Amino acid sequence: MANSSAPRTLYDKIWDDHVVDTQPDGTCLLYIDRHLVHEVTSPQAFEGLRLTGRKVRAPEKTLAVVDHNVPTSDRSHGISDPEAATQVAALAENAREFGIEYFNELDKRQGVVHIIGPEQGFTLPGTTIVCGDSHTSTHGAFGALAHGIGTSEVEHVLATQTLIQSKAKNMRITVDGKLPAGVTAKDIILAIIGEIGTAGGTGHVMEYTGEAIRALSMEGRMTICNMSIEGGARAGLVAPDEKTYAYLMGRPKAPKGMAWDMAKAYWETLVTDEGAHFDREIRLDAANLPPIVTWGTSPEDVVSVAGVVPHADSGHTEQKKAAIARALDYMGLKGGEKMTDIKLDRVFIGSCTNGRIEDLRAVAKAVEGKKVASTVSAMIVPGSGLVKLQAEEEGLDTIFKAAGFDWREPGCSMCLAMNADKLAPGERCASTSNRNFEGRQGFKGRTHLVSPLMAAAAAIEGHFVDVRNWG
Amino acid sequence: MQPFTTLTGVAAPLDIMNVDTDMIIPKQYLKTIKRTGLGTGLFAEMRFNEDGSENPDFVLNKPAYRKAEILVAGDNFGCGSSREHAPWALLDFGIRCVISTSFADIFYNNCFKNGILPIKVSQEDLDKLMEDARRGANATMTVDLQAQEIHGPDGGVVKFDMDEFRKHLLLNGLDDIGLTMEKAPSIDTYEAKAAKSRPWL
Repeated sequence: MANSSAPRTLYDKIWDDHVVDTQPDGTCLLYIDRHLVHEVTSPQAFEGLRLTGRKVRAPEKTLAVVDHNVPTSDRSHGISDPEAATQVAALAENAREFGIEYFNELDKRQGVVHIIGPEQGFTLPGTTIVCGDSHTSTHGAFGALAHGIGTSEVEHVLATQTLIQSKAKNMRITVDGKLPAGVTAKDIILAIIGEIGTAGGTGHVMEYTGEAIRALSMEGRMTICNMSIEGGARAGLVAPDEKTYAYLMGRPKAPKGMAWDMAKAYWETLVTDEGAHFDREIRLDAANLPPIVTWGTSPEDVVSVAGVVPHADSGHTEQKKAAIARALDYMGLKGGEKMTDIKLDRVFIGSCTNGRIEDLRAVAKAVEGKKVASTVSAMIVPGSGLVKLQAEEEGLDTIFKAAGFDWREPGCSMCLAMNADKLAPGERCASTSNRNFEGRQGFKGRTHLVSPLMAAAAAIEGHFVDVRNWG
Repeated sequence: MQPFTTLTGVAAPLDIMNVDTDMIIPKQYLKTIKRTGLGTGLFAEMRFNEDGSENPDFVLNKPAYRKAEILVAGDNFGCGSSREHAPWALLDFGIRCVISTSFADIFYNNCFKNGILPIKVSQEDLDKLMEDARRGANATMTVDLQAQEIHGPDGGVVKFDMDEFRKHLLLNGLDDIGLTMEKAPSIDTYEAKAAKSRPWL
């Protein structure tokens, strides 16, 4: 246990409150408050429990949902892909057998696991949250220590409600200033990843702070924390504040009445103390940020929409030059091309990065009364059934459909293309998701990561446009 | 879990930075409910052409490396998703050791749960080991976890760092869930304490 009088970071405080046991070498047993489970990374974990005769220690601290594999077309008549159907059925059966609450593919509360956690108030400040999915970092927006784990660790948490962990280092990213119009949370996080690289945060927990972060909505903070993993950090954190409490109050699984007051008093202590030690500090000025597009096959391959595709010889090392050449070849791009000259075949708006109501409102505002370019096929996949209902109540779906967007059922969809939503070989996509890896959105598919606003504008024009002077 | 003590085998060079888990095991292989059989999907989109035939240029398709047990790879290996299917695929193919300058955290953790040893070395050592691996089937390496040493084909030795607890689990093939369950009284005590200090959870 750390000396509680020494200044501590937010990460230090959450960590200290969850240590169950410390070994002489410093390895800790960390208590896990909340465990989210989905169909792709859990079947082998439940099978492991069955084989060893172990039970789920705290089923009430576990919430299961299907998201990765489900089709985003009408699913009231079942799932036609037999493998996907098997995984979905396995989760339903495992949830029943082990007594875990489960949102199935027809439940209006179903959605991407990292959207439904906050939506239900399952995600709370100061908690430890894990899930067999790397984008668990999303929940850090609430001041929760949240990170992805592998399936063996899923089994470990199911059996023991703990995880064997070594403490990470502290990293602080301060984003000062005000964002210019047309520049969003997505552009902030892409700029950060461009700055530090995809391994820049390895071994660290990142705390985001500064005027620009404080000014973001909870949705925007979730977008930032979501992509901490793309910067190599397992977890990202934003200290809770009035926006956090306003978002959570009244959510189904959030505390109520006196429990709320007690919880809030605790949450208000969850700030980094003055003088606390950070192993690494990064500072950015939001006022200088442009809308950002990725040109390559790593989230660190970022460029301003007003910029050009880099040349292979711009790499500082032989390895980096080879990586750029490989990415350019895969993406079908040449160094020196203007980003705004790049034409798109597909647009994907959705995912745990940008599938929330605020994202859809931004898109609706941008495309109202306009038409998707005839050369582009554009889809919008709401992050959850509740996001879908909210959007429909606000009439956003009418705007989308009138503009020529395909309005789908909730799920992970073409973020990772495990279901039928995928790119054909060679197709080029502007995507609001989080990864532009080779094959990520379909074999030989080409992904450019952008904000929802940039994706919306690209859908209308058929190529990337600088949204700062568009519309 | 199979213990990892020493391993002598062919090392394959994969000189690519940021090898991500989508590359290691593409998503179409994630629909299984088993841990085994994923070797066929290992690096599938690089290993196979669109028609399903083998890409003869990919390192693991070259005769010298078809039975490789060690992979020498570029920086930030295993970045991306948390899918444990990545180490399962490596293991099923027969690879039990990956050497790089750095690994993504989740992938690194996942390796230890499956008897795979991920080794971090300096860029200088990696360059040397990459050269060794390029020499093909005659250039076998020996990895000695107890001594924390890699012995190259010329008798050169590279030392590496390793967390003591992880080393202990790997050397003995221990099931860490079993070890944690022995600490159930500590977990009970913690839960009782937390129920008082944070009763809303």
